[in-house]
Amino acid sequence: MNFDDTPQEAAFRAEARAWISANGPRHLLPHLEKAGFGGIELDGLDPMQEAKAWQKKKYEAGWACLHWPKAYGGRGATPIERVIWGQEEGPYGALSGTFIIGHGMCGPTVMDWADEETKTKRLPPLASGEEIWCQLFSEPAGGSDLAGLRTKAEKDGDDWVINGQKIWTSGAHYSQYGIVITRTDPDAPKHKGLTMFYLRMDTPGVRIVPIKQANGQSGFNEVYFDNVRLPDSQRLGAVNDGWKVSLTTLMNERLSIGSGMSAGFPDIFEFCKELELSDGSLAINDRGVRAKLADWACRQSGLKYTGMRAISALSRGETPGPENSIGKLVAGSSLQEIAMFALDLQGQAGVIADPKLAAMGAKFQAQLMRSPATRVEGGTDEILRNIIGERVLGLPEDMRADKGLPFNKIPTA
Amino acid sequence: MDFEFSAEQLQLRNEARRYLADKCPTTVPRAVLEGAGSYDKALWAGLAEMGFLGAAIPEEYGGLGLGYLELCVIAEELGRAIAPVPVSSSIFLVAEILKAAGSEAQKKAWLPRLASGEVIGTLAAIEGMGGGRPSTLKTQVSGGLLTGDKSPVLDGDIANLAVVLARHAPGRDEAGLSLYLVDLYGPGIERTVLETIDPSRSQASLSFKGAKAERIGAEGEGWRLYEAALDRAAILTGFEQIGGADRALEMARDYALQRFAFGRAIGSFQAIKHMLADMYVSATLARSNGYFGAYALSTGSADLGEAAATVRVSATKAFQHCAKNNIQVHGGMGFTWAMDCHLFYRRSNLLALTLGGQNEWEDKLIDRLRAKNAA
Ligand SMILES: Cc1cc2nc3c(=O)[nH]c(=O)nc-3n(C[C@H](O)[C@H](O)[C@H](O)COP(=O)(O)OP(=O)(O)OC[C@H]3O[C@@H](n4cnc5c(N)ncnc54)[C@H](O)[C@@H]3O)c2cc1C
Ligand SMILES: Cc1cc2nc3c(=O)[nH]c(=O)nc-3n(C[C@H](O)[C@H](O)[C@H](O)COP(=O)(O)OP(=O)(O)OC[C@H]3O[C@@H](n4cnc5c(N)ncnc54)[C@H](O)[C@@H]3O)c2cc1C
Repeated sequence: MNFDDTPQEAAFRAEARAWISANGPRHLLPHLEKAGFGGIELDGLDPMQEAKAWQKKKYEAGWACLHWPKAYGGRGATPIERVIWGQEEGPYGALSGTFIIGHGMCGPTVMDWADEETKTKRLPPLASGEEIWCQLFSEPAGGSDLAGLRTKAEKDGDDWVINGQKIWTSGAHYSQYGIVITRTDPDAPKHKGLTMFYLRMDTPGVRIVPIKQANGQSGFNEVYFDNVRLPDSQRLGAVNDGWKVSLTTLMNERLSIGSGMSAGFPDIFEFCKELELSDGSLAINDRGVRAKLADWACRQSGLKYTGMRAISALSRGETPGPENSIGKLVAGSSLQEIAMFALDLQGQAGVIADPKLAAMGAKFQAQLMRSPATRVEGGTDEILRNIIGERVLGLPEDMRADKGLPFNKIPTA
Repeated sequence: MDFEFSAEQLQLRNEARRYLADKCPTTVPRAVLEGAGSYDKALWAGLAEMGFLGAAIPEEYGGLGLGYLELCVIAEELGRAIAPVPVSSSIFLVAEILKAAGSEAQKKAWLPRLASGEVIGTLAAIEGMGGGRPSTLKTQVSGGLLTGDKSPVLDGDIANLAVVLARHAPGRDEAGLSLYLVDLYGPGIERTVLETIDPSRSQASLSFKGAKAERIGAEGEGWRLYEAALDRAAILTGFEQIGGADRALEMARDYALQRFAFGRAIGSFQAIKHMLADMYVSATLARSNGYFGAYALSTGSADLGEAAATVRVSATKAFQHCAKNNIQVHGGMGFTWAMDCHLFYRRSNLLALTLGGQNEWEDKLIDRLRAKNAA
């Protein structure tokens, strides 16, 4: 047990800190420090251009995708070094949101399942931020039950022809590439007839339609496939082995979304320190407020150290397991509870969502409207509890009406 | 950075777990609960013999001279076993106060006997309901003699040595408080055993009527030493709670696998599965916070106060959560005397109160985070 840096870690930290302080886009700091929910506002500057510029600078100096091998654009860094980098990058890390899916999920999937040529061609521009990737998994009939997906890929000579529809695809509208999971054998049980591909998003027949979200923003899309033709060389993993390939993506998703997620305590703590209640006393001195703050503080630090324990396990050569499901499960509902509580403390004025008028630039109002998605994206709260119950605690699987049936015999609504 | 106990510490944990599985199955706390004495004497002697009591006591005072990390893993196992022995009073509190504030003579006189289990120590601070604040503490020492009532005192009926928080000067402020060592077998002491929610750890009220008291630590330092002792004990007790939470979760999981209703294991119903998942989440958060506390304790870090309150709040919540839902998962069986569920439920609620309730620790946590933030 040692929460301090070893000499090598300290040296790495010093090097990272020096480089960041010399190269970080300082002019963005005031905006990034305020960055809350649902994307960053840079006061007139284009967030995408700024994100790409920072990513490119990191890449050129060897600070992009730290844990990837050097040959693919990374640094070959240890898991602990990756954590140290994250701590040092601080608010600049908010610029990486655009790349999370590509770096955290698509990249590792390509790394595990593509041929050498694809890896050397595709991974470096992904690492450098020149090319953005998206994850085309969910469908209208396949969200939690991902293996219920219907988009089909059929062999035609040496090519595959894809037809169907994906939904909730974050960033499809600005991505150059995507990984897409399809059904290739409808007569097999649902997990057994799937195949994974990667494709350029401007391939003929791909149509992207933005979806307006409940919070008014448009981060995700519908993606339609109309006779989209892909060469067999764009297949990832074996034919009908796509479920196994998708598990690489989903396991990495848990690591990159879940671990190190903030439960939202620092913001509400800052807020309560300043806020006067109607009787003129500070919110932070109120007994009821304190009970809630203490609970959120413990969730915040508990998640932080749970993440660190996972990193230590990774350093010892253990594979990150389903235990990491707790990160998003805890953070999602904490963020939502905190937003509601912060608004309540503001009294009737809590309804005001204008950043110029509302407390803390309307951060909590934005959080109120974005946090419901955290409890859904990348595995809903219920699915995460199932994973913990079944895969960590060893409880029996849910009864399933589709067990063992060929996909095309499964009852639908 | 490394966020795990060392291989040797994990080995010590396994050793303690095996030992307690053998010597302290739940029949042992149950026997104490049902009235066979105030603690299990054989287990107490065994823990001393294994070196567990003296783990963090320096070798020159008869201990093993290991560190706090070792004591944390032992505490976790005692919590798992809901061991009916006065370790928290004698070791986590009294031995620690002696180490922190005792004179050479006091350490020499008492630490070896605490490590060997020959002497049982306890901390007597509280004076009835709401009576844990400087403004309400009345017990007083004058001319070396102690007068006043302390209640409840954990292990107060079996302890031979008490550290007593008392006034050297009348008044209501902190500066008038000091700590005193009192030999409980001397004259001028009356003890009354109390009926409590968890008789597997006994409690008493102690009435001092001119008992001989020897100051430990400087005059006027009593409150500061007491608070510092509570912080260290909160981390160690936190590990007891973490161990208890894990065990309650395991019991519930095992029962959910084996109990059938509606033609299936109840663990296959999501209402039960998700309840167990939530228990796992709180137990995991508490454990991870516990590691933060263990490290702060072992290094005497500046974050010790924050860490102690974090562990305390988190571990209290986790053990209470797991113990209460363990009963729920067991249905009607969970409400029987014969099932062990209530042993964990009782213990979780006892530990939630000794050292001060959740309210007090939430306050401490927020105060400390604020102080750190302002620094
Ligand atoms: C902001 C956002 C971004 C997203 N980005 C992407 C992306 O980039 N790529 C992508 O592929 N997908 C993406 N998704 C989709 C996301 O993965 C799915 O929304 C999610 O898996 C849930 O699927 P669903 O929406 O179909 O809900 P459903 O699966 O229909 O679930 C509806 C409700 O039923 C519950 N439920 C379902 N099955 C069970 C069960 N077995 N037991 C108990 N309860 C159950 C769910 O928990 C939920 O409460 C995104 C979603 C959001 C909100
Ligand atoms: C104080 C007390 C007095 C009682 N008095 C009487 C009495 O006078 N007469 C009498 O006949 N009975 C009496 N009972 C029995 C009581 O009705 C049962 O204990 C209760 O119905 C639960 O049944 P069980 O104990 O078998 O638990 P189980 O049915 O084994 O339940 C164990 C756990 O599994 C859960 N569970 C079971 N099935 C499902 C499901 N389908 N979905 C989700 N979760 C499920 C339960 O909620 C519980 O958490 C009494 C019980 C108590 C505690």
